[in-house]
Amino acid sequence: MSETPESDGDTANTAAAAAAAVDAEEVRHVAELARVSLADDEVDRFTEEFADILDSFAALDEVPETERDEELINVMRADEVREGLTQEEALANAAETEDGFFKGPKVS
Amino acid sequence: MAADHNVFITEESIEGDAEGPLAGRTVAVKDNLSTAGVRTTCGSEMLADYVPPYDATAVVRVKDAGATIVGKANMDEFGMGTTTETSAFGPTRNPVDPDRVPGGSSGGSAAAVAAGEADLALGSDTGGSVRCPAAFCGVVGIKPTYGLVSRYGLIAYANSLEQIGPIANTVEDAATLLDVIAGPDPHDGTTREAGAESNYAAAANGDVDGMTIGVVTELFDGADERVVETVEAAIADLESRGAETVEVSLPSLEYAVQAYYVIAMGEASSNLARFDGVRYGHRGESDGNWNESFAETREAFGAEVKRRILLGTYALSAGYHDAYYAKAQDARAWIKADFDDAFESVDVIASPTMPVLPFELGESLDDPLRMYLADANTTPVNLANLPAISVPAGTADGLPVGLQLVGPAFGEEAIVRAASAVEHDL
Repeated sequence: MSETPESDGDTANTAAAAAAAVDAEEVRHVAELARVSLADDEVDRFTEEFADILDSFAALDEVPETERDEELINVMRADEVREGLTQEEALANAAETEDGFFKGPKVS
Repeated sequence: MAADHNVFITEESIEGDAEGPLAGRTVAVKDNLSTAGVRTTCGSEMLADYVPPYDATAVVRVKDAGATIVGKANMDEFGMGTTTETSAFGPTRNPVDPDRVPGGSSGGSAAAVAAGEADLALGSDTGGSVRCPAAFCGVVGIKPTYGLVSRYGLIAYANSLEQIGPIANTVEDAATLLDVIAGPDPHDGTTREAGAESNYAAAANGDVDGMTIGVVTELFDGADERVVETVEAAIADLESRGAETVEVSLPSLEYAVQAYYVIAMGEASSNLARFDGVRYGHRGESDGNWNESFAETREAFGAEVKRRILLGTYALSAGYHDAYYAKAQDARAWIKADFDDAFESVDVIASPTMPVLPFELGESLDDPLRMYLADANTTPVNLANLPAISVPAGTADGLPVGLQLVGPAFGEEAIVRAASAVEHDL
């Protein structure tokens, strides 16, 4: 049914089973994947809320497999140079710049 | 007074052209629509100082049509909320009853119109964010068919679901603003040819004689009794004007809220990854490496935004994708098919816009699931890419009740016509 290569199917086959498995460790893991720092009290709060919310999402287990026939076509444009932002405009909102470039945090 | 209801995040006068269909009219613009040189915060700390270098297409069209923009309207942070209480700039109050929420996420836009701070307003609707505040504030709001209005310059929350839409005191005014913003835009590849030469305003003639209105049973079940009575009375008035009503059943709608939240959260988790503190927006104080710095920068998101990023990441992660995201896409296709079947025999579909009366301030903020479930009647429309309007149906206990009318894809004229008849009866 799925066309996603990353889906290994070894964790949960139903939303109900997945909802039952959420604990603080799982919340911390997802926050790390999503690159969002959480305070300890946020972890506790989200652990409790996510159990309820995911339990509600478990209703999706009842949805039958449905054919998805999208009548969509790709819209392409010619690959031509056109007017864009100036370098100054593009950098104007950056926290830090150097020699006309964005400056980010160190990579490692 | 704007300050009383906290309608605007930024008050600013942006003059448009001297002439045009909106000449002399004032417009409030939701603060997730880019305005060149005027800060655009999305109701978030993350963008508190962000000044876009360009205008959204809808903003350009409103200015070209002669309107004056009077301010950037308050909103739930990144559009994530049903009450405008998740704004980092404090909640907006409902002008009808200042102890209650104006609805959301375009609460500032609807409140601006209801309070007379602006003649018209632009909002955006991802799961009901134009229709909900229109219903709660007693004004008119339209969620256009997906692809009718350019999303260029709209700061994205969930691209596959959202449309910019008008809010106004009357159906005709809302349709006039829709005529201005509708139509294809080379900057947004999802726009269609539809809307280029539209005249939706002309359809606001109150003529529903011979129209067939489907009354969808699932969207009355579980709604507040006072809401149901008010909406049923408005539908009865449409019958007295010559419309025929038939009951329709769309069993898929039971799963709409869940499908909506899984899809919207998934898209949000990806979309909001752009706020890395490098190119624009807040940057944390971290001395750490890229990943640590990125994570600390994103502490600036409020609780509801973090909640949705995390749940979206979870629902898309290996092992859970099939249980949540794939099932939500099945539900989305089923809901579309159910609506398509219904429109074989009816012209428009009627229901309460919101199943509840406006919440009191603070009532739902600590109960996210309760807030999500209030979107039961509006989310199906976004999942099916259809147009819908919320029009005042009357009041219950002194509070506004909205009637929602859903049309087939690009059937904006039908919903404008039907809604104008409701308005004529009030």
